Amino acid sequence: MTELLITGARLYGEGDPVDVLVADGVIAEIGERAAVRAPSSAEVLDAAGQVLLPGLVDLHTHLREPGREDTETIESGSRAAALGGYTAVFAMANTDPVADNALVTGHVLRRGREVGLVDVHPVGAVTVGLAGERLAEMGTMATDEAGVRIFSDDGRCVSDPLLMRRALEYSTALGVVIAQHAEEPRLTDGAQAHEGERASRLGYAGWPASAEESIVARDCVLARHAGARLHVCHVSTTGTVDVLSWAKGLGVDVSAEVTPHHLLLTDERLETYDPVNKVNPPLRAERDTERLRQALADGVLDCVATDHAPHAEQDKSCEWDAARPGMLGLQTALSIVADTMVRDGLLDWRGVARVMSERPAEIAGLPDQGRPLAEGEPANLVLVDPDAEWTVRGAELASVAGNTPYEGMRLPAVVTATLLRGRITAREGKID
Amino acid sequence: MRDLLTTDGLGHDEATAVLDTADELKRTLLGREVRKLPTLRGRTVITMFYENSTRTRVSFEIAGKWMSADVVNVSAGGSSVGKGESLRDTALTLSAAGADCVIVRHPASGAPHRLSGWLADTRTSVVNAGDGMHEHPTQALLDAATLRERLGGIEGRRIAIVGDVLHSRVARSNVHLLATLGAEVVLVAPPTLLPHGVEHWPVTTAFDLDSQLPGLDAVMMLRVQAERMHGAFFPSAREYSIAYGLNEKRLAMLPDHAVVLHPGPMLRGMEIASPVADSPRAAITDQVANGVHVRMAVLYHLLAGEEL
Repeated sequence: MTELLITGARLYGEGDPVDVLVADGVIAEIGERAAVRAPSSAEVLDAAGQVLLPGLVDLHTHLREPGREDTETIESGSRAAALGGYTAVFAMANTDPVADNALVTGHVLRRGREVGLVDVHPVGAVTVGLAGERLAEMGTMATDEAGVRIFSDDGRCVSDPLLMRRALEYSTALGVVIAQHAEEPRLTDGAQAHEGERASRLGYAGWPASAEESIVARDCVLARHAGARLHVCHVSTTGTVDVLSWAKGLGVDVSAEVTPHHLLLTDERLETYDPVNKVNPPLRAERDTERLRQALADGVLDCVATDHAPHAEQDKSCEWDAARPGMLGLQTALSIVADTMVRDGLLDWRGVARVMSERPAEIAGLPDQGRPLAEGEPANLVLVDPDAEWTVRGAELASVAGNTPYEGMRLPAVVTATLLRGRITAREGKID
Repeated sequence: MRDLLTTDGLGHDEATAVLDTADELKRTLLGREVRKLPTLRGRTVITMFYENSTRTRVSFEIAGKWMSADVVNVSAGGSSVGKGESLRDTALTLSAAGADCVIVRHPASGAPHRLSGWLADTRTSVVNAGDGMHEHPTQALLDAATLRERLGGIEGRRIAIVGDVLHSRVARSNVHLLATLGAEVVLVAPPTLLPHGVEHWPVTTAFDLDSQLPGLDAVMMLRVQAERMHGAFFPSAREYSIAYGLNEKRLAMLPDHAVVLHPGPMLRGMEIASPVADSPRAAITDQVANGVHVRMAVLYHLLAGEEL
């Protein structure tokens, strides 16, 4: 039996500072009695001036294992997650071999448990080999030990409308959600960057907003027809926000995520041709980032997901077209949300808890994550110092890959401790 | 000037200085039996071509040789590039081997910018000889030299750039440079071949060529790759040629003084009719000749300093 007394934290950054007693993996007591009830052997975590939130949940990470352990492993990615304030992450299926069967999803689950720093949930592929030709054995993956709840071909779009229709229909029997990487491949053949004035001038082949919006619109219609749940990955355009508003208004069971990089960075980064800024979907125009922030505040966008996607130095230290798309995200996500949403008053910390913990846990159907800060609830928690700042240094991040578009940036809000079922996984920037 | 990567941001005076140097070099060499100047003796210039090219590579090679530089040609096929060496390693290798200047053509837009960054701590200059759909600055400079020669100046002249603007690095470099030098530029193409956001460029646009012709001082035809039809950019070579091909009838609609340019290689019959390409109104071989002088001038400004 281990006890931990958190003193002087403000729950959701609201009200007066309180003490929180954590015992046996759950929140045992909140308030004046917490200190009284704490045994003398209890560890004390001084959280004066800090914000206590439910542990963060990321619906979208690439942990690269199996296949590209030179860029990230389940262990290194788990460390990054814990340091970033996460207590649960979903590992995308585009590994090598692809997580399109229960052998691979089982491996990812077990490896995550062995590391034990964050709950690692494997995402299953929708189609065999992500090839978009026939359905993967979703039922087996859903009912096997990994209990897969999210299926996605992320990195690729399930572009065949018939296959997408069937996947959505089939998912309804399993109670799972299909997460779509919305990109009509015929409209993005050879695409390198957001199609706009800047890419045109700089000579990048354009990735038009319509390639995302047309798939989201189609999938919303298909989901309504199938009575299925749809989750839209990494929404990046103003038009997609419009489509989602329309679909939600019609009662379509659709949820959507936005990445920190699409909230913060714009296609202005194209000027340098430095592929640390290459990501798919691409960094968009400033008007898009503004709209995405507003939509996250309004709830049209449900949650923030990192799309944490480590790549080797040689896959970024090259010409743009040859570079691989993706960037690190787990350790910077909360700070970027603080920077883009909290600082500007678009979200308060309760709102941050909603978009980074409660809604993602709900979408994924995790019973013990994203729970209220209340007695008897599982102690999956994160403590944040809202007034501290830090400078991003890629080499100091926990991921194997160290390249990041945030290199040298000064960001607000520091994760001071992460608790997974009452156990401290990260503290003061170090794995506990 | 340390590198020449783009004409975007190349100042009026800087561009004019290069063009004046090119004129001076042309006059100096005119009628000489031995076309060789000692200016870059002992300097090493390396051309690195990751795309096939005859005219541009040969033009740079001759420019270097006429300035007495040691010119080494590296082609992607016959080098360690074919063995999978990264662009960065190749660049650092060539720089370490003593290159004073690397002239690069690459299918990826921005590759010369990346080279320039990797070589920032060395003494190696980078010249962009065409990168993806981005820019081809020496082509724009040689076009400007040709226009100055034929029209007596560029300021206030009206110039149409016709054809596949979307994919054209020649068009982008020309738009920036001609705007800097005070020309009025009109881009003429079907909507499918005009870039997204072109309304922010310092140009006007038109879909119809015929209505533009009587007001032009020059018309610059762009190469149209036949494979564009597969991307549904236009229905057929025939229809393209009917709408945008520069034929004799259209040539007659131009004012008498107007000049016809083409960066080559030409698709005769498709974008330009043979009699037009071979007419005295066409400055296409002048462009090639001026290309050598302009590239000599660029190498001179990069490697030998300001005064000639």
